[in-house]
Amino acid sequence: MIEAGLIAVTRLLTGAVVRSNGFDFEPPAQRIYYANHTSHMDTLLLWSLIPKGQRRNTHPAAAKDYWWSSPWRQYLAERVFRAVPVARQRENRDDDPLGPLEAVLAAGGSLVFFPEGTRGAGWPIQPFKGGLYHLAAKFPHVTLVPVYIDNLNRVLPKGEILPVPIICTVHIGAGFRLDPAEMKADFISRAHSRLEALVPT
Amino acid sequence: MMLLHDRQFLLLLALLLGVLAFSSLVGVVLARSVQTERGRETVANLNARIKAWWTMTAVFVLSVVVGPIGSVVLFALVSFMALREYFALSPTLRADHRVLLWLVFVILPVNYILVAIQWYGLFTIFIPVYAFIGLQIRAALAGTTEQFLDRTARTQWGMMVTVYFVSYVPAILMIQVPGYSDAGQNFKLLLFLVTVAQASDVLQYVVGKLAGRHPIAPNVSPNKTIEGFAGGVVLASLLGVSLYSITPFTVMQAGLLALVICLMGFAGGLVMSATKRDRGVKDFGTLLPGHGGILDRIDSICFAAPIFFHLTRYFFSAS
Repeated sequence: MIEAGLIAVTRLLTGAVVRSNGFDFEPPAQRIYYANHTSHMDTLLLWSLIPKGQRRNTHPAAAKDYWWSSPWRQYLAERVFRAVPVARQRENRDDDPLGPLEAVLAAGGSLVFFPEGTRGAGWPIQPFKGGLYHLAAKFPHVTLVPVYIDNLNRVLPKGEILPVPIICTVHIGAGFRLDPAEMKADFISRAHSRLEALVPT
Repeated sequence: MMLLHDRQFLLLLALLLGVLAFSSLVGVVLARSVQTERGRETVANLNARIKAWWTMTAVFVLSVVVGPIGSVVLFALVSFMALREYFALSPTLRADHRVLLWLVFVILPVNYILVAIQWYGLFTIFIPVYAFIGLQIRAALAGTTEQFLDRTARTQWGMMVTVYFVSYVPAILMIQVPGYSDAGQNFKLLLFLVTVAQASDVLQYVVGKLAGRHPIAPNVSPNKTIEGFAGGVVLASLLGVSLYSITPFTVMQAGLLALVICLMGFAGGLVMSATKRDRGVKDFGTLLPGHGGILDRIDSICFAAPIFFHLTRYFFSAS
């Protein structure tokens, strides 16, 4: 009910146009969708575009300090998105921040992940943190799928509460895997350029 | 429903359905006979367009049958979706967010409420005066002067085209033509406008595809030809003449007004093409398969509706 409502509102606001650059949701597979992060609605939009059957088993990584800061957001994160909390602040984290994400992958689930770590202003795509590599190295059989979300930072920019309707285009690129011989820096830069390649000119 | 006993309405409905059915048939025949790769592409696009026409016609006719509120709600939604497409293409800054919020959640609803309660005096000036000044003030209060004139010009023009001009279509229901409007027949004027404007679009496309040779505005819209323009406008004006019995006009008046609708429709298409070229895109969106976005479909109505409204009101209305 809430799920259907949220998806309808997201469609109404963004039009949610998907451009596939060599990607197909079918057949289902265990994936890490990694996307540029420019708005709190990123999670919502990407999640709403995943086919219903796969959505239940796809868990967005969500900032613990934002999504678990009020009962309503927490309800959405836990019950609707089935999100995984990720701690962003370095100082007050005592355990492995990737732990909950690894648990999802170990259980056979898929992830929605924002490797920039924080929301950018839209362009350019910020440098990736190491998280994506650690996940790929630990679960080499999981497919990585780059997703570039265009315009969403204009629908709901940083610091705003109400969204305005603007068509957003979601470019999804072909999936790939970590090459066993690949070093961390090489992998990160390859993943970054795969995402950058989706940016419309 | 009273409408369903209106003979002229039923005849127009039969005509529309007949044309749609005939087009679908032609589409099927063309799909079987086409040989070249390029031809196949054109026919596939044509069939996508025809399919979308069925949906659009059904939605439009249903909204009219529901009564005045149906058309108001439909065109309010059309404005909303057109705004969505317009602002996807016209760059705004972070500072414009609150301005857009006002536009979408206050100005658009108020404008359509004024249409719904048929408050002519305030409807005609609400956007051109109050919203025009108000948005500019809000933009200045946002405190960012970077590209101020460019940004506000884009916002203001977007508001005019996608909200104000489009809302003139359901506003037709408030015109008071003696001996016509009092019998609740205004919805047929609305049908007249939309049918002629869209027929002009389609006929310009068809004649252009069949006989188009000389581009009319190669830099703005490479697919528009002189032959398509002339043929489409003449044929759609003749359609307007043949529809005179559903309007309060004489044959001559119906023809002239249809001609104005066709010319304004062409002009609207041209201006929106220039906008798209400026932004480097072919279509405003992907909502309507084969057609593009909703703005691509209503560009011909944007300019025709306000002009048709005011000509009809000035020459035929009692008050």
